[in-house]
Amino acid sequence: MGDKTLTRMDLSEAVFREVGLSRNESAELVEAVLQHMSDALVEGEQVKISSFGTFSVREKAARVGRNPKTGEEVPIQPRRVLTFRPSHLMKDRVAAGNKS
Amino acid sequence: MIRSELIQKIADENPHLYQRDVERIVNTIFEEITNAMARGDRVELRGFGAFSVKKRDARVGRNPRTGDSVEVEEKHVPFFKTGKLLRDRLNGK
Repeated sequence: MGDKTLTRMDLSEAVFREVGLSRNESAELVEAVLQHMSDALVEGEQVKISSFGTFSVREKAARVGRNPKTGEEVPIQPRRVLTFRPSHLMKDRVAAGNKS
Repeated sequence: MIRSELIQKIADENPHLYQRDVERIVNTIFEEITNAMARGDRVELRGFGAFSVKKRDARVGRNPRTGDSVEVEEKHVPFFKTGKLLRDRLNGK
């Protein structure tokens, strides 16, 4: 199994190789894609990328939590969380690629 | 928002690019993330989130219809953890 961590730089490098824009512009486009996805999610929209996966925002109700170290009860405010559901294609490719 | 709407937004902001190049750019980004995970690599996008691969151990499962037990092999599944900045933005911080 690989143990590398890719970053924005690797994604912009891939865009640079694929389309032949400048490295600078490739980096800006990667940033723009992440920015548009984030903005849509913050607006409460679902982001559905076919054959990749779906990002959705879920509302979590307030609850009483507990500090696991001290056992102390702490109120947890209602909040919005993001969930990612990978597409079948992604699941299949990740499962096949990491098969031992 | 779906893939084609994302492509359209990027195309609108970059009138000097051909639509088909914008499509290739957006597709390359998602393809690169999937390829990385298929190799077992992580993709960390600060502020947005991190994609990684989690191992699910082999287990004995059950066919929910018949109740028969079935061996489920070990497998690897994609996982996403939201970045701090985006998590804070979702909650108006």
